[in-house]
Amino acid sequence: MSRLQVVSGKGGTGKTTVAAALALALATEGKRTLLVEVEGRQGIAQLFETEALPYEERKIAVAPGSGEVYALAIDPELALLDYLQMFYKMGGAGRALKKLGAIDFATTIAPGLRDVLLTGKACEAVRRKEKSGRFVYDYVVMDAPPTGRVTRFLNVNDEVAGLAKIGPIHNQAQAVMRVLKSPETAVHLVTLLEEMPVQETADGIAELRAARLPVGRVIVNMVRPQVLDAEELELVRATPRTAIAQSLSAAGLGGARRGGHAERLVTPLLQQAEEYAERYTLEQEQRAVLADLGLPLHELPLLTEGMDLAGLYELATELREQGMT
Amino acid sequence: MSPDAHAQQSKPSAHHRLSPARGLDIDPLLDDPGTRIIVCCGSGGVGKTTTAAALGLRAAERGRKVVVLTIDPARRLAQSMGIDSLDNTPRRVKGIDDSGGGELHAMMLDMKRTFDEIVEAHADPERAAAILGNPFYQSLSAGFAGTQEYMAMEKLGQLRAKDEWDLIVVDTPPSRSALDFLDAPKRLGSFLDGKLIRVLLAPAKVGGRAGMKFLNVGMSMMTGALGKLLGGQLLKDVQTFVAAMDSMFGGFRTRADATYKLLQAPGTAFLVVAAPERDALREAAYFVERLAAEDMPLAGLVLNRVHGSGADRLSAERALAAAENLEESRIVDQEDGKAGLRNSPDTYGSSESPASGLADGPASGSVTEATEATEATEATEEGSPATLDPAPAPTTDQLAAGLLRLHADRMQLLSREQRTRDRFTALHPEVAVAEVAALPGDVHDLAGLRDIGDRLAAGRPELPTSGA
Repeated sequence: MSRLQVVSGKGGTGKTTVAAALALALATEGKRTLLVEVEGRQGIAQLFETEALPYEERKIAVAPGSGEVYALAIDPELALLDYLQMFYKMGGAGRALKKLGAIDFATTIAPGLRDVLLTGKACEAVRRKEKSGRFVYDYVVMDAPPTGRVTRFLNVNDEVAGLAKIGPIHNQAQAVMRVLKSPETAVHLVTLLEEMPVQETADGIAELRAARLPVGRVIVNMVRPQVLDAEELELVRATPRTAIAQSLSAAGLGGARRGGHAERLVTPLLQQAEEYAERYTLEQEQRAVLADLGLPLHELPLLTEGMDLAGLYELATELREQGMT
Repeated sequence: MSPDAHAQQSKPSAHHRLSPARGLDIDPLLDDPGTRIIVCCGSGGVGKTTTAAALGLRAAERGRKVVVLTIDPARRLAQSMGIDSLDNTPRRVKGIDDSGGGELHAMMLDMKRTFDEIVEAHADPERAAAILGNPFYQSLSAGFAGTQEYMAMEKLGQLRAKDEWDLIVVDTPPSRSALDFLDAPKRLGSFLDGKLIRVLLAPAKVGGRAGMKFLNVGMSMMTGALGKLLGGQLLKDVQTFVAAMDSMFGGFRTRADATYKLLQAPGTAFLVVAAPERDALREAAYFVERLAAEDMPLAGLVLNRVHGSGADRLSAERALAAAENLEESRIVDQEDGKAGLRNSPDTYGSSESPASGLADGPASGSVTEATEATEATEATEEGSPATLDPAPAPTTDQLAAGLLRLHADRMQLLSREQRTRDRFTALHPEVAVAEVAALPGDVHDLAGLRDIGDRLAAGRPELPTSGA
């Protein structure tokens, strides 16, 4: 099991939710996980129903069996100052650089430096050990940028190592890449059973593989329950409207005669069944595309009541049961 | 639970049709010759690109000369417009209805090309070659987070300056926070005005005026620190890059400022795009607030993928209860081989309260509870012959139960969407909203985009009953 679990996915697929559920799942049975947010959206705080996370590792949840989930929202600017202090003992120079606007430059404008800091900080957490020699975190789960950007994001240190051919940045960049390209890392992609997210997942996997980054699993999120199967949908089409009206009426929904309440439900209910059938077919097609990717697939159900903390634990249990941990 | 409480809780009519302060009328916005730029912004995965393309197509088919600028690296707009490759130049889209004299052009931003073109246009050939060959530049222009936003602004400015189109529709970059798009000019400005530039340029300018001497000592200390941090070679690359770009910075700044002002001008309309989901609408609210703070003209919110139901008076709870009712009676039928048990007091009792909830169904209004109950009884009796046949009867009931369960799912989705939307509306009642009914599948072609455009202009989800 890789110790750095990177979770990416197209926008709107719920990658933050999946990352959080995975962190919970991995923490079960006395483990300690760190959930890292890199995009400054405070999505983790929202999910765990806590106030905005500061730039500080803080316990946000317990998992069954006395496991613990810590969270960290990485602020690039603070991470850089942190870094300068930690690695180069440049606290004073760091402040001077900040005054000059160099820190702002580095974290918002300079190519990729922001991404260097974010990946660097995550890798530092992966490698950090207690005095006893035990890893501080058993697992680090990263809520990474979306699929379209994740390869470039993870690969930024390669680029930096090429730009800065010597010096501490070069060494640091190479150390980070060693972690990211090793089996210690797994990059998972979250998708929906829709065409565009599935296409982006396939493209993302190809890009990750080309960059020799370790691809993990595909997690299909928000899977809607199957209410009617293909055969039943066929039968619905073949059933006379009057028969359906009579059944509805028998269920206590009003009259089956023309103009009766049950009869008037038939058209909209059949219309919804047609829409369901169309989506069902599309979903089956997308499932087939995903199966062709040759990666382990997991499916998480759509939570009908919307996402809340209880739902997060439900998804974590689901991931455990499906052997994701 | 009393039937009344039941209805209160679950009937959609009371809560679900809470309308925003006003609907957003898309067509007047598209038709107004004063509208020169429409910017679509919103978080990822809400259908921003599709919305931009659909707006562009609709405006073109209504007689305007439109260019759609997309910045999305996944070539989705290209696909939906039937163009194989979108490059850095606008291409005419074929197959639109141009009877109104309109035209549609589309382009996809190529960051590197845009950056290279700026360098080539604003530096002498020798200097341009030095910049284009600089490793730091190559990395910068290849598109790290951030560069995309500057180049999008630059391209928008260029398109507007050309004055070839009377409407530009812009799809914003999929930024971590799409506000980077707005921040780009300011950030660039503050960098260009900053001391850092001077530090980086310092070695090239050593030996300047005597008064600068003290400053230079501090600066060489800084470059020393930077050198230690970045490594000598990288610092040299950065310095060479900054020195070579020096002459162009002023132009960058001027153009970025001009584009920013253009965005604030009356000819610009911002549309915030969202889906009726918690995260997307939270981002949308953030956008609305930010646009107001920047004095950017917000036209309204486009809410994509909204679900409706032609039977929205039948609540999820009642549909589920009815489905269970059917499934239970099916078991009874199988045991006894008779359908008559449906009229047993037990089953009948559970069918009574649902019927009352339907009393104000779409087309009735005057049907009383009593008539309903009688009707239901009659209907069941009529239905009995069919259910006497052991094989097909349970199947129809089972299918009807399935239809009701589908409906229950739909109603749950609908009320979740409405709750989310109402939260946004409560927060920002001033924002006009156009709702776009969800499609079961994805959009692949102009017909699909046209359909989205129709839905956008209709402003409210089309209900399944209206024969869609």
